[in-house]
Formats: sequence, structure tokens, C-alpha cells
Amino acid sequence: MAHPLIQANLSLSLSGNKSVFDLSVELSIEPGELLVITGSSGSGKTTLLRILAGLEKKALGQIHSGTHVWQDSATKTFLPPQQRPVGMVFQQYALFPNMTVRENIAYALPKGASPTIIMEMLEIKELIELADNYPHQLSGGQQQRVALARALVRKPALLLLDEPLSALDPTMRARLQDFIRETHQQHQLTTVLVTHNEDEIRQLATRVICLEHGKISAQGSPDSIFPQKKHTLKGIWLGVEGQVAKVKIGENELPVSFRHSAIPFPNPGDWVWVSFGSEGAVFLKKEGQ
Amino acid sequence: MNTDFGQTLLLTLRLASCTTLLLFIFGFPLAYWLSHTRSRLRMLVESLVSLPLVLPPTVIGFYLLLAFSPENLLGRWLHDVWGIKLVFSFAGLVVGSLIYSLPFMVQPLQAGLEAMPPQLIEASYLLGKSRWTTLHKVILPNIRASLWSGAILTFAHTVGEFGVVLMIGGNIPGQTRVASIAIFEEVESLNFGQAHQYAATLMVLSFLMLLAFYWLNQHHRQWRIR
Repeated sequence: MAHPLIQANLSLSLSGNKSVFDLSVELSIEPGELLVITGSSGSGKTTLLRILAGLEKKALGQIHSGTHVWQDSATKTFLPPQQRPVGMVFQQYALFPNMTVRENIAYALPKGASPTIIMEMLEIKELIELADNYPHQLSGGQQQRVALARALVRKPALLLLDEPLSALDPTMRARLQDFIRETHQQHQLTTVLVTHNEDEIRQLATRVICLEHGKISAQGSPDSIFPQKKHTLKGIWLGVEGQVAKVKIGENELPVSFRHSAIPFPNPGDWVWVSFGSEGAVFLKKEGQ
Repeated sequence: MNTDFGQTLLLTLRLASCTTLLLFIFGFPLAYWLSHTRSRLRMLVESLVSLPLVLPPTVIGFYLLLAFSPENLLGRWLHDVWGIKLVFSFAGLVVGSLIYSLPFMVQPLQAGLEAMPPQLIEASYLLGKSRWTTLHKVILPNIRASLWSGAILTFAHTVGEFGVVLMIGGNIPGQTRVASIAIFEEVESLNFGQAHQYAATLMVLSFLMLLAFYWLNQHHRQWRIR
């Protein structure tokens, strides 16, 4: 196995209005993984991302990236956010309101870099038609795609996503999950995603870390953290009738419900996965997806 | 139009322009500090900044007169070391106006900076941009409306000041005689026609500036930060 991309041993005390919050975490991030950090709100997930990004100067401890030291409170080393090869997408997007979509993405371009990547990003993220719009003219999902594209322009070694999908409706959520997965796979980009959505964790994570009160309470594969309660069966997609899909499982044709994220539907004859849980039979995904 | 009238009006506008420009340069760092600091000094500084709003201008004028007077330490030092005379001079008027109009620049800037999500600045840093680039590409454009509000209010307020100017500037034509002082003097001399000329000009000018201010506020709502 390759060396970890990030090796960190951190602690931070934040005094809020009513309480003192202590974060104390030791973690390593492997190259190419999609690490999900989860936990209840106030457990320190966002703070941990902010420390990695260099936005919390008061954090104690060390962050090493290979042979580079990003910060070390013992030697008073602190690499400012500008110098860390990190891309970050904030929960509230943080697009610059005074710039169009194109300008927001172009702003990220380092001096002297070729501007072709701007067009590339607009294309990949399906933003060409929106390129001259301002952020306030975009939907939440569109803004999120711009934020993602903007974070990728600098070709970061580490992508940090702070609950990027929490403000979106379920349809948009599913589409953006695909975007994040594709981004991760295409570039083999090491990604840290903060979320408390179990579905997102199952869809995206290669590894999960649970934070409770600023400490790691559990870590492992998604399945080991969230034991599979449902069971799934494979069947043949027959088509859609009104609000339900028909799937042939074994010898039986069953009515199966689906979420909006199932659109576009599989073709009749495709093999698909169906889960059976408390909500009844639900279409999961096409086989091989 | 007589030359006296033109000269006085020009001096008034020059004073307001100098004050607005200098207050922006000094007021912005102060407003930025106030909008970001958690220091206990903040309340103290905020109260000091707002003091000119509630004090009679004559009080400010009186203390400035004392401070600038060559008989006193500051005034003597300025005069002996730098050759600057602040009493009954245009430079003195500018310094007085800076203090008198300080809240009119700092408060809108501070409100604008506080309304701007801090993530915008952090996002810019994370995109590799320096503080300077972030300032003029992200911060200033996004508090544009506050900048204009501060500039218009400062300008208008400086044009309208009377007490401070009278105390430290006196009434020297071409040097310290601004429009508001001229009105007072013309009325004292019973030149109502001339006083009316000044008064009407100031009224129209101030009204137009306030109109611009409210138009900006209205207009700004259409592209507010989400």
C-alpha cells in the first residue's frame, strides 16, 4: 500500500457561548480514497475539515502530507490555506455573488495556467448554458456544481466536501452524488466528505469515520459501520406502470416502488437490484452501476 | 454668480471630497477590524466611533481647537516639527471633518462586512488568492452598496457640517469659509438673497445625494448575497 496522503494528529479547544468543545483526532487519509466523516451535529466534523484546510489557526498538533509539513504547533509551522493543495466545497456553496459562473470558475485559475480547463469544467459539470448567469440566478444544485467545478480547477490533491448535498431535494441529491462519484473516480482524487446521510455514505464512501464529541468513536467500511438491515435481490426490469415499476424476480412479477433518482429508468430486460426492507420492495440500481 | 459664491462652494466640495477619500482609506481597516474582532476593546472603539453622532459639534470643535492650538503640546509639535498649522486652516478643517464624519463611513462599511458570509473570504484563500487579491476582487465588490452608502453619507454630512468648522476654521474666504458658514454670515449681515443662493444649492445637493443613497439601497436588494 502507498504511503498515506495525510497523516494528522490534532486537537482543538473551542469555547462556545455555553460550552467548551474539545476536538482530539488522529487520522490518516490514504491516496485515492473517499473518506466519509459522519456524526451528530456539533461532533466536530466541519471543524476537522476546516483544520485540514488551514482555516483554524488555533489547532494544536501536526498535519503531514508525505514529506511536507502542513502544520506543526510544536515548531510553529503553519502553511496558510493558499499554499495547501486543497479544494473545498462549503455547505453554503460560497460562490462569489459578484461573479458569473464562468468568472467564479476562472477566479480559481492559478497565474499562468492554461484557461482551457475552465471550458472543460463547464462542460463536464453541464454548466455551459449557465456560464453567464450569476449565482443568485441558479438553483441549489446548480450552485453546488459550480462550487465543485471551482474547487477542481486548481487540481487539488485533496478535496474537502462539507455536507455539500444537505440543502438539496432528493432528486438533485442523487444526481450530485453521481457527480461526486464520477469526480472521485475520474481523477482518483482523494476526497473527504462530511455528511450524516446514511444513503450518501453507502453510495459514496470507501471508508467511514464516526465522530462523537470531538473523538473518533468508530471507523471502517460503510457496511461495518451501518450493518445491512435490508436484503437485496436481483431481477429483470420490465417497465413502469404509473407510480410503480414491474420487476421480474424469479418467476414472479412484482410491483416495485422507485425514487426520483431512478430516472432515467433502466431499459426493459436489464438486470436490476431491488431491496426489501421496512418500506417494501424498492428499486435500488441497475446491475453494474 | 459672483466669484465669492463659486469659491466658497468649490471649497465646500473640496473639503467633502478630501474627507470622503481619506475616511475611506482610514475607515475601511477600522470597519474590517470591528466586523471581525472578538476583542473586548471592540465596544470601547465602537462607542468612540459613534460619539460624533451624539455630541454637539461645538464640543468636538472646542477640544480640537484646544489640541491644535500652538500654545498646546500637539499643536506646537505639529507646527515646530512638521510645519503644519491646523487652527484656521484647510488642513485643520479636513482633520476635524474626519473625526466628525467618522461614524458615517465606518458604520455602513461595518454593516456591509458583517453581512458578507465569511466563507467568501475563506473560499478565496483556498483558491490560492492573497489577502490583497481577495480584498479587491471579492470583499470590495461584494460590499459595493455599503461603500457607496458610506461615501454618499460622509460627503453629504461633511457638506452639512457647521459647528466644528466654525470652531476650528473660522471664516477665512478661500481657506476655511464653507457654504454653511457663509449662510450664517450672510444672514447676520442681512444679505438674505445671497444666503438663499447658498441655502438652496445645499438643499438641492443634499437631496440629490440622499436620493442616490436610497436608490442604491433599493437596487442592492436585487442582488443580495444568498
